[in-house]
Amino acid sequence: MEILVASAVGTLTAAGIYLILRMRTFPVIVGLALLSYAVNVFIFASGRLAVGLPPVLSYTAEGYTDPLTQALVLTAIVISFGMTAVIVMVALGAFLEAGTDRMDSDDEAGR
Amino acid sequence: MSLALIAALPFLGALLPGLMIRSSRTTCAFVTGSVTALALLMLGLHAPAVLRGETVQTRIEWMPALGLNANFFLDGLGLLFAGLILGIGLLIILYARFYLSKQDSMGQFYSYLLLFQGAMVGIVLSDNILLLLVFWELTSLSSFLLIGYWKHLPAGRQGARMALAVTGMGGLAMIAGMLILGQIAGSYDLTVILQAGDAIQASEWYLPALVLILIGCFTKSAQFPFHFWLPHAMAAPTPVSAYLHSATMVKAGLFLMARMWPALAGTPEWFYLVATTGLVTMVVAAKIALFKDDLKALLAFSTVSHLGLVTMLLGFGTQSAAIAAIFHIINHATFKAALFMTAGIVDHETHTRDLKRLGGLRKLMPITFTIGTLAALSMAGIPPLNGFLSKEMMLEEAAHTAWAGQAWLMPVFATLGAVFSVAYSLRFVAHTFLGPVRNDYPHNPHDPGFGMWAAPAFLALLVVAIGIAPMPVAGWLVDAAAGATTGEALHAHIYHWHGLTPALWMSIAAVGGGLVLLGLHAGLMRGWLATPRPEAKRIFDGIVDPLAHFSRRFSQGLHDGALSRYFAIATFAMVAAGGYAFFSGGHTPGTRALTPVDVVPVIGWLLLIVSTCTLVIVHHNRILALVVLGVVGLVVSMGFAYLSAPDLALTQILVEVATVMLLLLALNFLPKRTPMESKAPRRIRDAILSGTAGLGIGSLIYMMMTRDFAFPSISGYHLENAKTGGGGTNVVNVILVDFRGYDTFGEITVLGIAALVIFAVTETILRPGPANNRLLSWAQEHRHAGDRHPLMLVVATRMMLPVAIMVGVYIFLRGHNLPGGGFIAGLVVAIAALMQYMASGFGWTAARKRVEYHALIAMGVLIAGAAGVGAWFAGRPFLTSDYGYVHLPPLEEFELATAMIFDTGVFLAVLGAVLLALASISRIAVRAGEEVSSTPYDIDLPRDRFGDR
Repeated sequence: MEILVASAVGTLTAAGIYLILRMRTFPVIVGLALLSYAVNVFIFASGRLAVGLPPVLSYTAEGYTDPLTQALVLTAIVISFGMTAVIVMVALGAFLEAGTDRMDSDDEAGR
Repeated sequence: MSLALIAALPFLGALLPGLMIRSSRTTCAFVTGSVTALALLMLGLHAPAVLRGETVQTRIEWMPALGLNANFFLDGLGLLFAGLILGIGLLIILYARFYLSKQDSMGQFYSYLLLFQGAMVGIVLSDNILLLLVFWELTSLSSFLLIGYWKHLPAGRQGARMALAVTGMGGLAMIAGMLILGQIAGSYDLTVILQAGDAIQASEWYLPALVLILIGCFTKSAQFPFHFWLPHAMAAPTPVSAYLHSATMVKAGLFLMARMWPALAGTPEWFYLVATTGLVTMVVAAKIALFKDDLKALLAFSTVSHLGLVTMLLGFGTQSAAIAAIFHIINHATFKAALFMTAGIVDHETHTRDLKRLGGLRKLMPITFTIGTLAALSMAGIPPLNGFLSKEMMLEEAAHTAWAGQAWLMPVFATLGAVFSVAYSLRFVAHTFLGPVRNDYPHNPHDPGFGMWAAPAFLALLVVAIGIAPMPVAGWLVDAAAGATTGEALHAHIYHWHGLTPALWMSIAAVGGGLVLLGLHAGLMRGWLATPRPEAKRIFDGIVDPLAHFSRRFSQGLHDGALSRYFAIATFAMVAAGGYAFFSGGHTPGTRALTPVDVVPVIGWLLLIVSTCTLVIVHHNRILALVVLGVVGLVVSMGFAYLSAPDLALTQILVEVATVMLLLLALNFLPKRTPMESKAPRRIRDAILSGTAGLGIGSLIYMMMTRDFAFPSISGYHLENAKTGGGGTNVVNVILVDFRGYDTFGEITVLGIAALVIFAVTETILRPGPANNRLLSWAQEHRHAGDRHPLMLVVATRMMLPVAIMVGVYIFLRGHNLPGGGFIAGLVVAIAALMQYMASGFGWTAARKRVEYHALIAMGVLIAGAAGVGAWFAGRPFLTSDYGYVHLPPLEEFELATAMIFDTGVFLAVLGAVLLALASISRIAVRAGEEVSSTPYDIDLPRDRFGDR
């Protein structure tokens, strides 16, 4: 199971970074979303994997998973939504303002 | 009253002028003045104790491990300087009210002034040299703002930059010197250092420390060869010049030399460094001052000269010289502030400060003439004014001091300096006020109103009062300050008549020589203009410009505007650092037992890998990319569910829905395709870079998962105490709302701010401008669907709304004990509302909205905060929660926890933030011509077939 999670995190990271390195805003946003998945799963997995051991206390449970990383990731997911929303809006504003969604400024005056 | 409060008051007060300017300029000045007056009053309350010889102390531990404490103390020297800073500050505030024109933003000016004042008061009250250094740098920064206050003038900006560069550089040297001093003395507390004078002077580090500290003092006090910044700082408004260059900024260097006197003075090194610098500065600057035609430049160089005089006296290292130095500091502050203000009045009334264009103002501006003349005569050292008394004392000291065995050197040069001083002082009066009335003034001159001349008149009054009765008016203050400087009780004897002493003859020679020089001025001026001189500004620019050029080349070479390049470099650096760490250490496989693999997760894994790769391949088709992104998100949330994280799974799937909706809405206004722009080598480079990074991250988490915790995790504590301490069985939720409630509080605040940022960006887009124009002329790429709001969807979503809200409430309520809670419930309800927007349209839904989303966010943060504050009333720390069980007869016994109030706040903030973000994008759509229908079920009939609909 560990190898599956690790390879998934690796793939998400690689795809995220590749897309962030593109030259238009939209792939960068999608890449950031992928990278947030990777980071969230990474933090979650740092609490070690557990199957069938929920973080909810009960008399019948055999054991519990690590609740702390889950709490961290829960807020991280919501915050990364906020972040995505902000950059989407900024990208939209930049496109409407400049008429292009290129990432890099290529006019000489801006250098 | 605490000394820390006196130092803090101007800083706190600096917030007020910006607010008060909205009512009126006079109110603003009055409030600013009240702050300073209050600080002065608090200082005055300490005066009796200090004059009795006591030292008032306030000690606040800040970082004791570093020896950095907010310790303050007040003795005679501190009292003198703090009094000057606040007293003259009060006069400057009054003067500036009438000096600044309506175009100048007065609130900003007073804020800067108070910041500067606070920093200065901080310097003179600090009992810790590290704290002193902080205030020292603050004066450099705040004086930068003041000098460059007229941002539209290039001279102002350059002068401010030069002052900052020179004094800031000196400050850096001083930091090093102070640290050495602290190491020698074993403490950074001034009171300790001042006691350790013998140990410091015996140390082999004495000379480096001395030189470094003196560089700091000399740069600040504009001593030769660092004197050049001060005249350039004259580009500031005159109130600033009057404040910085009479009583405060430039006196900081003198203050520090006086303060460090017991620890550093009395050695030959001190004498030769300080006295020589002072002497050279005094003579050179006085000579230059004589040839300046600009009133303020003349005063600037005379200030440099007088600072040199005081520095020289401090360099002598004797008690009587210390008395003379302190007395001259007082006198210089009075007459020089008055002179600057006079120059400002002349400038204000005639619109010129050029002596060549002035003259004959005596009859036109009699009040200004009287004030200016009294102050200038004092500066010249004419009896009985106060300048005469301290200059006489200086000459007396110089007459008795031999330099390297040469007894003639000091007196001769001191007299020479005095000759120049008389000459330029008299020139100030003669060429401004005397002579015939001219008819070519740039502006018709007359005396200003009382408000403007009140402050200099008060100072001129002091000049006369101290001159006539020095002992009762100033003797006590000189005693206290000089006593504090030398560390021994002193008693000053200030008289006009000392008999036929050498000083008297030197004084007479100075006045006679000065008159002769003034008479010969026109001829001398021609000679002066004909001789080449080193131009300090050119030398300074010659050093600074190549450095600036190099820095610009360097940073622009690195930051060429290509954002993806920065990111590539950053990624490469991180991968390289990780790779280096990995390959330089040993690797052993982890020993933790692996979790067995089932069939279902393998299917999920395959789905994830395939969809991620697909996403990269098809990302040029943006809508398709979004769909695939949704698949990835779904698999991730299923993964959370499988790996025992139900809360995460719920959150992820809901956020996924909201994210995809958001991106879809945004995509409406973005190109639908990403063009293929990068060439193959670039793509291969990026693929290698991102592949390596992915491999690194994947390996890292694999190694982490295959090992046990290096340290016992705190999760065990949370599991044990969730029920007993937090009253809930869903440990994740208890952590969020209870154990780590403070984090969550921060997070919902961040989320709220993010939503408000989105709102603000939307507002910017919708303001008149290119973006708005683009929206107004937006052409739909595709034809509208005929049935914009499908009946089925409308009906279904409306049926769903109460159900969805019910689900939200249920998830919220059970959250403490079962998967759910404020975050998830907020998302559920938000999506239920979003469905209305999608199905029935923006206009219909917005018309039925009862609460603004901003208000939801604010309420959420406030309720969460209130739940935290509530704990205070129970005598507990912020956000401590409590719970209990309630039994209402028809119902089962149920639990109520204060954490639920907090969770309500979380719920509202999340709901408001998500809805505000999406509603903002919808507003853009409305601006782009999306028709808002307030009735649902509208059918968009094609116009070309039916003409007008």
